[in-house]
Amino acid sequence: MRLRRKRRLARCLRKRRQLKPVSDKSANIRRDDVLLMSVLRNEKIRLPYFLEYYRKLGIDHFLFVDNNSDDGSSEYLASQPDVSVWQANASYKRASFGLDWSNYLLRRYAHGHWVLTVDPDEFFIYPFCDTRPIRALTDWLDGCAVRSFGTMLIDMYPQGPVDAEPYHEGQDPFQIARWFDAGNYMITMNPDYKNLWIQGGPRARVFFRDAPLQAPALNKIPLVKWDRRYVYVSSTHSLLPRGLNQVYDEWGGEKTSGALLHAKLISTLGEKAREEMLRGQHYRRSGEYRAYAEGLDEQPVFWCDRSEKYINWRQLEILGLMSKGNWA
Amino acid sequence: MSRLGVVMLVHTALHRAEQVARHWTASGCPVVIHVDGKVSDRIFSAFVSSCADEPLIRFSDRHICEWGGWGIVAASQSAAELMLAAFPDVHHVYLSSGACLPLRPMDELIDYLSDRPRVDFIESATTADVSWTIGGLDQERFTLRFPFSWRRSRKLFDAYVKLQRAIGMRRKIPEGLVPHMGSQWWCLTRQTLSAILQDPKRQTYDRYFRRVWIPDESYFQTLARLYSTHIESRSLTLSKFDYQGRPHIFYDDHLQLLRRSDCFVARKIWPRADRLYQAFLTDQSSAMRPAEPNPGKIDRVFSKAVERRTRGRDGLYMQSRFPRHGSENGLTSFPYSVFQGFTELFEDFEPWLAEATGARVHGHLFGPERAEFANGDSIANGALSDCAVLRDYNPTAFVSNLIWNTRGERQCFQFGPGDTQKINWFLARDKNAQISVITGAWAIPLFRSNLNFADIRCEAARLQRIETKQLEVLGSVWTKARVRTWSLAEFVESPMEPIQTVIEEIGTQRAGHLVEAPKMVDLSGFGQFLQNLKNQGMHPYMMGDFPTDDVFGAQVRPFKKPYLVQ
Repeated sequence: MRLRRKRRLARCLRKRRQLKPVSDKSANIRRDDVLLMSVLRNEKIRLPYFLEYYRKLGIDHFLFVDNNSDDGSSEYLASQPDVSVWQANASYKRASFGLDWSNYLLRRYAHGHWVLTVDPDEFFIYPFCDTRPIRALTDWLDGCAVRSFGTMLIDMYPQGPVDAEPYHEGQDPFQIARWFDAGNYMITMNPDYKNLWIQGGPRARVFFRDAPLQAPALNKIPLVKWDRRYVYVSSTHSLLPRGLNQVYDEWGGEKTSGALLHAKLISTLGEKAREEMLRGQHYRRSGEYRAYAEGLDEQPVFWCDRSEKYINWRQLEILGLMSKGNWA
Repeated sequence: MSRLGVVMLVHTALHRAEQVARHWTASGCPVVIHVDGKVSDRIFSAFVSSCADEPLIRFSDRHICEWGGWGIVAASQSAAELMLAAFPDVHHVYLSSGACLPLRPMDELIDYLSDRPRVDFIESATTADVSWTIGGLDQERFTLRFPFSWRRSRKLFDAYVKLQRAIGMRRKIPEGLVPHMGSQWWCLTRQTLSAILQDPKRQTYDRYFRRVWIPDESYFQTLARLYSTHIESRSLTLSKFDYQGRPHIFYDDHLQLLRRSDCFVARKIWPRADRLYQAFLTDQSSAMRPAEPNPGKIDRVFSKAVERRTRGRDGLYMQSRFPRHGSENGLTSFPYSVFQGFTELFEDFEPWLAEATGARVHGHLFGPERAEFANGDSIANGALSDCAVLRDYNPTAFVSNLIWNTRGERQCFQFGPGDTQKINWFLARDKNAQISVITGAWAIPLFRSNLNFADIRCEAARLQRIETKQLEVLGSVWTKARVRTWSLAEFVESPMEPIQTVIEEIGTQRAGHLVEAPKMVDLSGFGQFLQNLKNQGMHPYMMGDFPTDDVFGAQVRPFKKPYLVQ
């Protein structure tokens, strides 16, 4: 494992040459700022709301890697006062699906910081997020000597067909996609990295009925008190050293955990799926996107009469999709 | 002029400490601040000069404070000495920290204390009577030596404790001391405090406590017992601890909870909880009536949090709760019933059961085609799909999800040897499962089917094999489910008794004896059918001794209602 970690580190150092700074404001990062790291491609339409959401949560500085966008994402981000952007025009796939880039930037800029690593369509929810800023959470985790914080990705979807209601720039995507699956998640433990492997939700229910093994993983560990020796191994599903993956309790208790609301299944999906399928740059040869693209032609509806309408984090905590643990 | 002095131990968030200190002094209470020796001199002197305009604020000698170490006691000592010397009219001394926040107007606390001029408020209990110790060290705190830091060199700490235990090393507790422990936040009278600080044997005591584990929770608590005339064993500071002994932290959203607690001082407050500081440090119109502190409600909130962290919600599997095999505290969240062989033996058993118990009755949830949810639904609560592939991908998750999603409503489902068997161990180990099996009932559909006899024979052998294996699991020593099995013959002979027992155990509002019995299928010829199987060389033993002429004993008994008082 140590070797694997070293290999990852070497790899991310090798790929650092692919990163060209577009707007490097990292000098403004103060000592205990909470950071956000994200890799994106052609997500301009999502960015205004994304930034607004996370600024409100209390993120102090954003680090972005832009992979070949041609929709002005990079220019938009560069114009923001609290955002640093790097351009990477190389292959997403050969950079371990962007991980090498983010691992490098995390190592370089996030050492000693709490950092949230999310995609532009993931929205972080934690207990008391409506009354306490993210700093309250990280201070509390520091006090408990906890270094990483686990979440589950919850796919949100609209009531009708996915592309029935178009998404506008700046809009809260959960005004459109406000439904989710409350209780069909399947968990096993990955003995290699000791992380949980969670599958299920609407994508498994609709797209992967016949091949559940290939259903996307929903376990994520996005919030970490970073150290330059740490690396993400597979998206934000698992990290090394393995101790960081121990975000769950094995003796019956509940640790504090959150959720990532996933705003993927909205009108932007179809275009994205067709584009990504052609590029073939995603995990498992974009198999997931292929399934979407095929499924999308049939106008899929994820909604069913047992879908749950999203209200707030307390609802998720009661449903058992996240937990306050002993944070009260 | 004032009778209350405040000693404040400060480590971080100095600006908050200053804010609170000024709040105390505004009501005329002198404050002596001890700043942790770990704070750099530059920051310290800036802090001192920012408080310089307030004559009631003094600074004591600085010590390095480490959790569980002697420094905190030394800090309290020197600050308290300075307080007693510099402010001769101080009557009570209140020990607080930089993260404490006064919740009620100062005058109320001052009045409260002047009404009780001889009372020392210090939580102080003998080691035998406390349950809050962390790390299993209670009496041993006082009889072992602890030269190593618990936070920084845990391994050394543990090893040295082990070594001392092994060789039976013991320290002598100084004569006359009875170890007591309690919250480190106290409020003592000048008399008691000065007696402790000016004790001729203080050297001895200090030397002893220097090597005691967490002396700040025992030094004053023990010594106060020597001198105090009236100890109220409670702390005036509201302070809650989690299961690892760390203080719970208060945030803006606790405002109402804190208001209603009627406590004088609370800790620990998050330094950025602006609303709390603003609400409690601005002049409060003394709206609150003089009341005793009543932390009950806060207690409940925090003890619930501790329970959630240590025990969790039974039957929940999620990203932060995934118990190891055996530590689940109940594999599922709510009782449920599994019926095997009943639908085969009775016509319309499912609607009858639903009627009799009010429970939700599913078909064969583990049927090979699909999960047969009640009413033919294709999706159950929580968007659980009936897709067999998804279900069999993780059958335990399927059951625990179904039970979790419908908690509060009793679930019943049918099971049989024709179904996916991967779930057997889970059901057997689950104490919430009530499993009732009529063994051999799978032969009835075969008997009534229109298959070739050779196929029937094959199928019967297969099902019997599966059921035998299943019963081995259900009969194992690890089984926690309530399992009942009857052979078909046994059951048919007197069907109502077992049904009544099972239904009663489900325990619904519609208790009382059963009015209507489910209708049994016509079994005439079944005995001969079994004999034919035997004649073909297959040995159907699961049904028990089923008479070839279908007649049990000498006569066909009319069904009698069990327990019917005539």
